[in-house]
Amino acid sequence: MLDLQAIRQDFPILHQQVNGQPLVYLDNAASSQKPNQVIDAISDYYRQDNANVHRGVHRLSQRATDAYEGSRSKVRGFLNAKSDKEIVFVRGATEAINLIAQSFVRPQLNSGDEILISHMEHHANIVPWQMLCEQTGAKLNVIPMNLQGELDLSTFDDLLTAKTKILALGHVSNALGTINPIKDMIAKAHAKDIPVLIDGAQAVPHMSVDVQQLDCDFYVFSGHKMFAPTGIGALYGKQDLLEKMPPWQGGGDMILSVSFEHTQYNELPYKFEAGTPHIAGAIGLGAAVDYVTALGSDCIAAHEHQLINYATERANAEKDMQIFGQAPVKAGILSFALDGIHPHDIGTILDQEGVAIRTGHHCAMPVMTHYGVSATARASFGPYNTIDEIDVLFRAMDKVREMFRQ
Amino acid sequence: MTELRDLYQAVILDHNNNPRNYGKLTLANRHAEGVNPLCGDQVNVFFRLGDDVSVKEVGFEGRGCAICMASASIMTETVKHLSVVQADQYVTAFCSLAVGENSYFTGRLDLSTLNILAGVKAYPARIKCATLAWHTARSALSKGGASVTTET
Repeated sequence: MLDLQAIRQDFPILHQQVNGQPLVYLDNAASSQKPNQVIDAISDYYRQDNANVHRGVHRLSQRATDAYEGSRSKVRGFLNAKSDKEIVFVRGATEAINLIAQSFVRPQLNSGDEILISHMEHHANIVPWQMLCEQTGAKLNVIPMNLQGELDLSTFDDLLTAKTKILALGHVSNALGTINPIKDMIAKAHAKDIPVLIDGAQAVPHMSVDVQQLDCDFYVFSGHKMFAPTGIGALYGKQDLLEKMPPWQGGGDMILSVSFEHTQYNELPYKFEAGTPHIAGAIGLGAAVDYVTALGSDCIAAHEHQLINYATERANAEKDMQIFGQAPVKAGILSFALDGIHPHDIGTILDQEGVAIRTGHHCAMPVMTHYGVSATARASFGPYNTIDEIDVLFRAMDKVREMFRQ
Repeated sequence: MTELRDLYQAVILDHNNNPRNYGKLTLANRHAEGVNPLCGDQVNVFFRLGDDVSVKEVGFEGRGCAICMASASIMTETVKHLSVVQADQYVTAFCSLAVGENSYFTGRLDLSTLNILAGVKAYPARIKCATLAWHTARSALSKGGASVTTET
């Protein structure tokens, strides 16, 4: 059980009024709020330890390096990777996917080869592959989904062909909340020697993830959705695969020696971290990992499960409300519409009541097309959200109706 | 809620529920599509210009929020029967009004109908909803506009 009162005290931003109402923050799938523990870690770093990493012999540089590398170890432990060498710091899930597309997949891709994704991917797990297809003449295949918002796996075996060079799959859908059966899907892909990348941006803040147990080849996530700052994330890759990959970007820190004739690249993971990294971000991410670990991923998942069940029950009782995504296995995301009222209008009116939700296509336009809408309203939950806040959301929805249905 | 009612006035809700000049014009000779890629709103604006380069017929179709739809509807009523030059002046006047600024045409044109959308200036995230149809109209009316297509 989470101690909600204590958790809410950790997040200073929650204790404010918006438009004269207490803030109810239900836009966690877009970005989470940050606890004092993360804010303080970043601020302490800048106040006490700031210097460049992996370079100086002076004390500050050593402390910065220790903190930066300490965060890498924390992320390794968080994902249960085998080695720190398998954790590459990146700007976020988007950058990680682009890195894998260009550095792992592209060198082995020929015209006519295939890349397999699913219909419910975030644009970050669509566009890098489309770009790769344009560059190489490869073909993008898509696992379909049903109206419940689950992947339709009836043709999955056929989509895994001898030409498929990678399966890139979201762990949890940001637009629908669906938790995909990735472990089985990874096993099926591996049975045909197809490597698998998992986009875990929506998963890591809400459930425990074990990359060895999943046996995925790559797992990527963004820090800012799990209480860390923006501009930092991590790429996990199996060491033998990362070893074989060429560097993605060139620059300082990713080299062992440079002459005008030849450059010898650095070892893992530094080979993929060109230039001075986002040191403070990585330290913040380390603090966020500590925070999630202290709360317990399973406790967070149980709490959010309670919230989504309650919200779904209330939404189902409203005749004019439609829920998008009713998969039996779901994370804390409620995507919905109100009859005859556009999601943007809902969002504006809820904001007047202090309730922050996301409205729009959620960077998943194919999902919107699937349901024949251009946008949905989305409430997404975090560990600091309460049942009372869901009641506030539904009271605010009454204000929406009042405004529109005179 | 009072402040919100400034945005969602009865007239605006009426335009949203019963948009004027809604539908594709079969005899259009000017057309442009306007999209808001951030939110997925989409508006198509059609004009039939006469030989005197004035708006004989105007129509729109699309999908978007109440502000977007109402603004598109009001735009069509505003520019109907105007010359292309006058219509463009109204676009300028409206886009200024939506951000709470005056333009050269403020006080020179009758903006009383457009003023019911002025409440949008208090909601910066929604201003682009209000201006989408107007920008699209300008694009359709300006001959060299990149997104303008001519249909017969």
